[in-house]
Amino acid sequence: MADTYSIPELEMKANVVRQDIIRMLEHAGSGHSAGPLGLADIFTALYFDILKHDPKNPDWEERDILLLSNGHTVPVRYAAMAEAGYFDRKELMTLRQLGSRLQGHPERTKLPGMENTSGPLGCGLSQACGMALAMRMNKQLHRWVYVVMGDGELNEGNIWEAAMLAGKERLNNIIGIIDRNNIQIDGPTEDVMPLEDLRGKWESFGWHVIDIDGNDIEAVIDACAMGRAIVEKPVMIIAHTIPGKGVDFMEYDFHWHGAPPNKEQAKIALKELRTLQGKIRSEHE
Amino acid sequence: MSDMYLSDYLKKDVANEPIRKGFGRGLLEAGKKDENIVAACADLTDSTQMSLFKNEFPERFVEIGVAEQNLVTVGSGLAAMGKIPFVSSYAAFSPGRNWEQIRTTICLNDQPVKIVGSHAGVSVGPDGATHQMLEDIALMRVLPNMIVVAPGDSVEAEKATLALAKDKRPAYLRLAREATPIITTDKTPFEIGKAYIYARGADVTIITTGTMTYQALMAADKLFKDGIDAEVIHCPTIKPLDTKTILESVKKTGCVVTAEEAQINGGLGGAIAELLAEELPAPLRRIGMKDRFGESGKPEELLKHFGLTYHNIMLAAHEVVDKK
Repeated sequence: MADTYSIPELEMKANVVRQDIIRMLEHAGSGHSAGPLGLADIFTALYFDILKHDPKNPDWEERDILLLSNGHTVPVRYAAMAEAGYFDRKELMTLRQLGSRLQGHPERTKLPGMENTSGPLGCGLSQACGMALAMRMNKQLHRWVYVVMGDGELNEGNIWEAAMLAGKERLNNIIGIIDRNNIQIDGPTEDVMPLEDLRGKWESFGWHVIDIDGNDIEAVIDACAMGRAIVEKPVMIIAHTIPGKGVDFMEYDFHWHGAPPNKEQAKIALKELRTLQGKIRSEHE
Repeated sequence: MSDMYLSDYLKKDVANEPIRKGFGRGLLEAGKKDENIVAACADLTDSTQMSLFKNEFPERFVEIGVAEQNLVTVGSGLAAMGKIPFVSSYAAFSPGRNWEQIRTTICLNDQPVKIVGSHAGVSVGPDGATHQMLEDIALMRVLPNMIVVAPGDSVEAEKATLALAKDKRPAYLRLAREATPIITTDKTPFEIGKAYIYARGADVTIITTGTMTYQALMAADKLFKDGIDAEVIHCPTIKPLDTKTILESVKKTGCVVTAEEAQINGGLGGAIAELLAEELPAPLRRIGMKDRFGESGKPEELLKHFGLTYHNIMLAAHEVVDKK
């Protein structure tokens, strides 16, 4: 990646990603809204600053790996990949349609640059462990595995099996990012199945933990840079995000976890996003 | 049959060895040939015979602990980076516990992970029903992209392991705990997807997999004395099924017995019933576990108790021959 972007430029890109998410979901007529919108800043930071990757050569052998563990948020990854040049933006409108490479939940075998198939929760961190171990066996010291997880999916036992293994093996080439938006399908995470003390849990499993504002692109970039500098442990970034971020009527509301906007709602959402009015911090304003 | 180069399996002092031992040797050999072969185990490294590989290549071995969901999913990650991972546990736990992870991260994700389930079948013995895995063939056979292999002895297990190490598809390798008569030799052919005629006959086709092939060969020998000329097809690859070899035999004999140390529902018996019902309906009896669990006991006692011996195969053969 030769291009570098300023923080305000990245914030504008995140806004474009959000608009594409709304358009895709409205067109598809099904899918998840809150998670992808909340993750737009993290995926923009990953694809346009943090990751070593090449959209024209998705299998580049020295690339960093980005795993999406909570596959239902994949619209944000599709939108960011299109923006980065992995495929034409027009293809975004095929989301969830028969024959599309953009499946409702991501499939590695369908789309170049998609590193894993996910949807059933709790698997991404284990796959990250396998990849990190393979990199270590191959003596590839300058590659990282980034894995984005939801907070609700931390209910899965599989996650903690992986957490133990990464701690035991001191897999410092893993940087995990938890989308801590505090909602899951049945309601607030702390009502459904409390996760706190979340920081303490990861620390006790042998991880270095960094808490950040996950809607602050600069904070995401800085945390990943620090993560790469931590050599003795795997790193977990707890990214506190606002579900539905950027669209007033979706923010904080768990009912938007698994629902798309209808035509009228999409219109309002897109108007809001086009005229940000200070909702996302930017030096432009 | 001379073209199969079998051992003198009818001899009283036929050599016995656990099938899993062949896997251990095969994995070590595969590891020497290809540095991308890696291994992971869920706290059963000696039992599954993975310790041979671990001792030779400690840097290519991962101890996962008692965590079978993680075992196969870490395997998926290793495979994604170009490795050929063999991941082992007892069949009751893997693929018993982690079916969804296998489905999503290995089969749908199309990664060449080799899932090795040891201690399958009732012949595990005194550990009882919890540890006697009988549903694994059905669980794995139903998954798209998955290959299912159950070798008949330790010599074949070694060949199967080497073949799977070179294959780029997801696979399940089913192993047994107890010493099993060695019926094949180094020269006996093995290829993934092939069934082999171990005894030629014209009156009944006996199709078997895993530990039951020896029992079928014994049955065929005794059936000959009863005036029934049985053809024994050893079917180590349950998926993809060698339909050509099977259908050609059944065209000739007109009736079939299947035998396996697994649930017949969804197992080899299920696979053969599906094939025959669509292509060549014929009288069929299936030897195996019939919709029930095992229990504690000595292996020989259990095989007798659940009707998994050459004697049961003989009775079934008489029955289907009479129905022709």
